[in-house]
Amino acid sequence: MSTMKSAPPSSKGKGEYRVIGTRPIRHDGVDKVTGRALYGADLQLTGLLHGRVLRSPHAHARIRSIDIQKALQLPGVKAVVTAADFPPAGDKVEDLGEGTVKLRDLCGNILAGEKALYRGHAVAGVAATSPHIAAQALGLISVDYEPLPPVLDVRKAMSPEAPLLHDDLFTDDLGEQASSPSNIAKHLRHEKGDVGEGFKKADKIFEREFETAMVHQGYIEPHNATAHWNADGNLTIWTSTQGAFTVRTQVATILQLPISRVKVIPMEIGGGFGGKIPVYLEPVAAVLSRKTGRPVKMLMDRTEVFEGTGPTPGSYVKIKMGALKSGRIVAAEAYLAYEAGAFAGSPFFCGMMCIVAPYDIENILIDGYDVVVNKPKTAAYRAPCATSAALASETLIDEIAEWAGQDPLSIRQLNGAKEGTRRADGLAYSRIGFLETLDAAQAHPHYKEPLKGPYRGRGVASGFWFNCGLRSSVTASVNPDGTVSMIEGSPDIGGTRTSIAMQLAEVLGIAAEDVRPQVGDTDSVGYTDVTGGSRVTFATGYAAIQAARDVEQNMKQRAATLWEVAPDQVQVSEGVYRNGKNSLTFKELAAKLNDCGGPVSGQATVNADECGVGGGFATHIVDLEVDPDTGKVTILRYTAVQDVGKAIHPSYVEGQIQGGATQGIGWALNEEYYYDEKGRMANSSFLDYRMPTALDLPMIDTVLVEVPAPGHPFGVRGVGEVPIVPPPAAIANAIYRAIGVRLHRLPMNPGRVLAAILGR
Amino acid sequence: MAKNTQLSFVLNGEEVQLLCEPRHSLLEVLRDILGLTGSKEGCNNGNCGACNVILDGKVVNSCCVFGLEVQDREVTTIEGVATNGELHPLQQKFLEHAALQCGICTPGFIVAAKALLESNPRPTEADARLWLAGNLCRCTGYDKIIRAVLDAAAVTSGEVTPVEVTAGGRK
Repeated sequence: MSTMKSAPPSSKGKGEYRVIGTRPIRHDGVDKVTGRALYGADLQLTGLLHGRVLRSPHAHARIRSIDIQKALQLPGVKAVVTAADFPPAGDKVEDLGEGTVKLRDLCGNILAGEKALYRGHAVAGVAATSPHIAAQALGLISVDYEPLPPVLDVRKAMSPEAPLLHDDLFTDDLGEQASSPSNIAKHLRHEKGDVGEGFKKADKIFEREFETAMVHQGYIEPHNATAHWNADGNLTIWTSTQGAFTVRTQVATILQLPISRVKVIPMEIGGGFGGKIPVYLEPVAAVLSRKTGRPVKMLMDRTEVFEGTGPTPGSYVKIKMGALKSGRIVAAEAYLAYEAGAFAGSPFFCGMMCIVAPYDIENILIDGYDVVVNKPKTAAYRAPCATSAALASETLIDEIAEWAGQDPLSIRQLNGAKEGTRRADGLAYSRIGFLETLDAAQAHPHYKEPLKGPYRGRGVASGFWFNCGLRSSVTASVNPDGTVSMIEGSPDIGGTRTSIAMQLAEVLGIAAEDVRPQVGDTDSVGYTDVTGGSRVTFATGYAAIQAARDVEQNMKQRAATLWEVAPDQVQVSEGVYRNGKNSLTFKELAAKLNDCGGPVSGQATVNADECGVGGGFATHIVDLEVDPDTGKVTILRYTAVQDVGKAIHPSYVEGQIQGGATQGIGWALNEEYYYDEKGRMANSSFLDYRMPTALDLPMIDTVLVEVPAPGHPFGVRGVGEVPIVPPPAAIANAIYRAIGVRLHRLPMNPGRVLAAILGR
Repeated sequence: MAKNTQLSFVLNGEEVQLLCEPRHSLLEVLRDILGLTGSKEGCNNGNCGACNVILDGKVVNSCCVFGLEVQDREVTTIEGVATNGELHPLQQKFLEHAALQCGICTPGFIVAAKALLESNPRPTEADARLWLAGNLCRCTGYDKIIRAVLDAAAVTSGEVTPVEVTAGGRK
């Protein structure tokens, strides 16, 4: 259950919305509780073949040759593909709309070329008449590998002596290209003020090092893709993805096809958290389909998901802060190195942006590094790189609070960022609600109630995520019964059909239930960027508002025609159209549209960055108990406070916070990619990669603080990502209070906690 | 290739007959042969519960049962939970409590929770958390799922006094 605290909204006061802030049942709900909703793996097509992928058993190996002949001879096998079946990538650099990528890297992660760069790296694909035959055929493919020494640790990979993954990777060092190849792909820097001068002013300087391992998003639905390359040269792909349009771009780029030849139909998606943005199976299924002339469906098993898809980077973070006796922080310096995995391009810059973003610090220097290692190519994971960055900054601030004799929330109040505060990367905040989250945490019964008992501790931590805007499209068509059919381009991972439909309904003055939302494919709705960056309710919602305004304009014109007045003489309020004594509700007018000009639809494609994205802040409080005999940590109580801007559907906002906090708890206490010295992941199953279960947790209490984002008509801020940022630091701080030792490495599993207790 | 073998069992109250290979799991029989895709594959080794079905009154991971093992037995899947187009109280409460986000684990949770309520009509929060520990959800943090199950139990048992929950912390 959540409590809500609202600051005065920008346009409308509390209670003035009719739809926004209510909790309607989601439109796709019945299909999802009855098993009728169709996810990617549920697709059946006539003549369907089944594909599987052969993966490298080595973390680093040269591929001398691949012999597919025996596999092809197995009855039921229809085709085998390797990297040789793909168009040559050359040295092209492609713009995917969310940054550029070397085509060779993009293709190289789909099927390995000259080298396998991680265990689980795809090497070949097979299509057969059944999944079992396809799996059997994998064993008949003979690959001649020359194993090479792997490099598995971010700092070791940065050493000049480290084995090189790519002989054509030259460090982009602050814009200058290095002269010899290296595993360091990129070095960026943010600088504000003069840290040297800042540290001179400090009464005390604190410096600590932190390490985190790779962790996986852990969505329950494995990756899947079905492709049909038709005889007319058109390719159709059905897949569970966070973005049909990004799949289209990637597939067209890899296969070097005109984008109009590729149609992507997004199926229901069983979780993504950033991991279902890159393509893996789609291009392989496409080429297998081209070879066989039949549709090909490919599914990953769980081990393939762990070993062959993109987790979030492991990291090494060194952080230094200088503070005055008052607790005011005067300088901060951070060095962040992130594992990109086998190919360059981790979201390391997000960690740089977020590490001290909640604080107003005069002097800041941040260096960040993107480093390749022999592990899977990383992908986004909920506020990518921000959680490991916050572990460092929020633990250090806790230490400074203790030294300064201050309450941990008060020291954050003292240093907290507000409107106008400039971050090290240059951006100045518009209206933000960080201080309001601290106030709400301070006032919460959880924080006021003393925590008693041995080996128990309470910790707090805050977090920031910048949230994304990007591009979205919505089409709305008025039906004669007064309902509106709405097509939007954002795959719905967590109830966003409804949060978008509610915004459309609010503008039109109709009920949420009177909107019929659906997610469109790439041929049926305007361009829409991925479901990611906490952007959908904000940006696609903004598109829905604009589409609704378009509908409203058209409806006004129709009413004007009906009443034989000028359109500007028609007034609209809460879905009622009026002119003098004439008045029609939206529904009544919808029924008359054929008498006054025909059906009405509205459309909008927006770049939501233009309306100003509101950053998100959260402050979490956790109580826990450590078992001194085993080191096991039990979460006793958890409260997550977050500035959500405006909660469109509060239940799903709470759900985002509870889910994000829980992923953070898992990351803090158990989850990690555990590798042996040869680079083999030792825990690639759900049993061994231990995500939180219902038994591990209490209820997660939420407080929705509403400080409206200035740019959005309803004040919406993205809410999905920031809740994963504070938990590991909050838990580390609580463990310190429970056992008197600060842990600087994730996960804080029983072994590490016990070692800390024994080493006191 | 292994030979197809005849299999008959009672599925959601009706007898079905089909041919399957001995290596086919019950999950494959349901999804690939019968086209009942409500049961999901999340791990194929019994770790996640997305494929839960009720076999002779007990919850099982259908990915870990061979199809041929259910000969002459009774299987209830998510497709059999709603009756005559009417949602089961669990399904209704999952919707009201927003106890699903992506929805992929939802069929497994509802099937497992149905078996819970059949064996323990008025579970405590701890009972529900223990029973459902074999079902992984990565989206919700379980809070709303547990509330939905406890609320559904109030409906199915007719005992409307709410049970105490750990909102505000474990004691």
